[in-house]
Amino acid sequence: MEKGSFEVKVGLAEMLKGGVIMDVTTVDQAKIAEDAGAVAVMALERIPADIRKDGGVARMSDPKLIKGIQAAVSIPVMAKCRIGHFVEAQILESLEVDFIDESEVLTPADEANHIWKQSFKTPFVCGATCLAEALRRIGEGAAMIRTKGEAGTGNIVEAVRHMRTIINEMKHLTQLGPDQLMSEAKKMGAPFHLVEQIAKTGKLPVPNFSAGGIATPADAALVMQLGAEAIFVGSGIFKSDDPAKRAKAIVQAATYFQDPQKLAEISFGLGAAMRGMDLNDIPEEERLAGRGW
Amino acid sequence: MLIGVLALQGGFQRHLVMLERIGVRTIEVRYAHQLEKCDALVLPGGESTTMTHLLLTENLWEPIHEFVQAHPVFGTCAGAILLSQNAHDTRVKPFGVLDVEADRNAYGRQVESFITILNLAEIGCDAYEAVFIRAPQLKLASNRVQVLGSENGRAVLLRQNNVLAATFHPELTQDPAIHRYFVESMVRKSLTITNKAQANV
Repeated sequence: MEKGSFEVKVGLAEMLKGGVIMDVTTVDQAKIAEDAGAVAVMALERIPADIRKDGGVARMSDPKLIKGIQAAVSIPVMAKCRIGHFVEAQILESLEVDFIDESEVLTPADEANHIWKQSFKTPFVCGATCLAEALRRIGEGAAMIRTKGEAGTGNIVEAVRHMRTIINEMKHLTQLGPDQLMSEAKKMGAPFHLVEQIAKTGKLPVPNFSAGGIATPADAALVMQLGAEAIFVGSGIFKSDDPAKRAKAIVQAATYFQDPQKLAEISFGLGAAMRGMDLNDIPEEERLAGRGW
Repeated sequence: MLIGVLALQGGFQRHLVMLERIGVRTIEVRYAHQLEKCDALVLPGGESTTMTHLLLTENLWEPIHEFVQAHPVFGTCAGAILLSQNAHDTRVKPFGVLDVEADRNAYGRQVESFITILNLAEIGCDAYEAVFIRAPQLKLASNRVQVLGSENGRAVLLRQNNVLAATFHPELTQDPAIHRYFVESMVRKSLTITNKAQANV
């Protein structure tokens, strides 16, 4: 019997496809998320919009909060650790969280190294802004990739940019001959065997999800139509007027993302979405997507 | 032959790939009317709470409940839970066509997920690599259930007439043996019987 292998890690990511993973900060929110049809919850002390507002150092959540949420719901529970903070990851593994998000939403702990994820039994999800970044994370052992987007903004523009970039770069690789791949891998700064694999298959060897700025059912359907296989919603739900209703609507949108009529029905009378931010109002140094490499 | 794969959420894509690999036409099922064309249905893995929620809000629960009474159906992991009599959880509403009691996530959380080799002699496969992800355990509630595979004394591949259930994920491996068994021994047989019945009318 083999536990914690790459296949077992990717297996859970496969089962989350077509679903919505919701950020929650309390047991009550976790229950609302589960009742609305979330496939998993991300247990956090503060949602990204508040982390952005409060400033300071954002760290792993209190284990007490994580345990409380694990006891309250039957769906997988994820939690975030800081980029490069492998001890936070060790603690999260000991708490038996189902997935660890090595996340740019928290303040990075190591500017040079991400966590060596292959040495963990718990699967990891990591953010990426482009294909090379995704392949570096997979090389370290990530079992799921998500776009970084720009968390806590309620603005989908960055998630769209990252998803389109990743998809376009994969397409590009499939058009190259084997004689060009080493040079491409050098240029990208990505592991050669993964570059070679993408050139053959045209897709990531792990599920490719979208996160960062999803606030409406239409946003969810947009990234799904662009190629995302499931979505993370952070601030978009619990910063809106009617979280339960919006959560349900986004769950439906992830299933019926190709049906505009249905999306119209789903979007009907949801109340106000989170207010959101224009990316031009966020100075470069305050953007979360630039954290990690 | 057309096999529908319930595509509300979960591992439906991998089932489609596996079925197409063995030459079966498939359709992703998201609407009740699509069932009319289907000769059989696959309920994939994923989250049984999410699927229950969508089955109910999309008015799919009743049509599928009716469909699985008379057609071949194959449920894996969450799909197997949905076929059970009872999952002892108000968040999950099973169809009750397999005489078992389901215990969700019975092995534990993701760190307890595992791969093991099963002997499935009944379907002609003595070394099948089975992937268990936050898997349920099924307790037999009648002698109408035939156990086709077990792990550590627990039934993990079961059949009851037109119903096939696996607590693991045959769609995540490269071996189509279990899908082939479903198609050849269950779906094709049921089509032959239906055709004969129609010919006799």
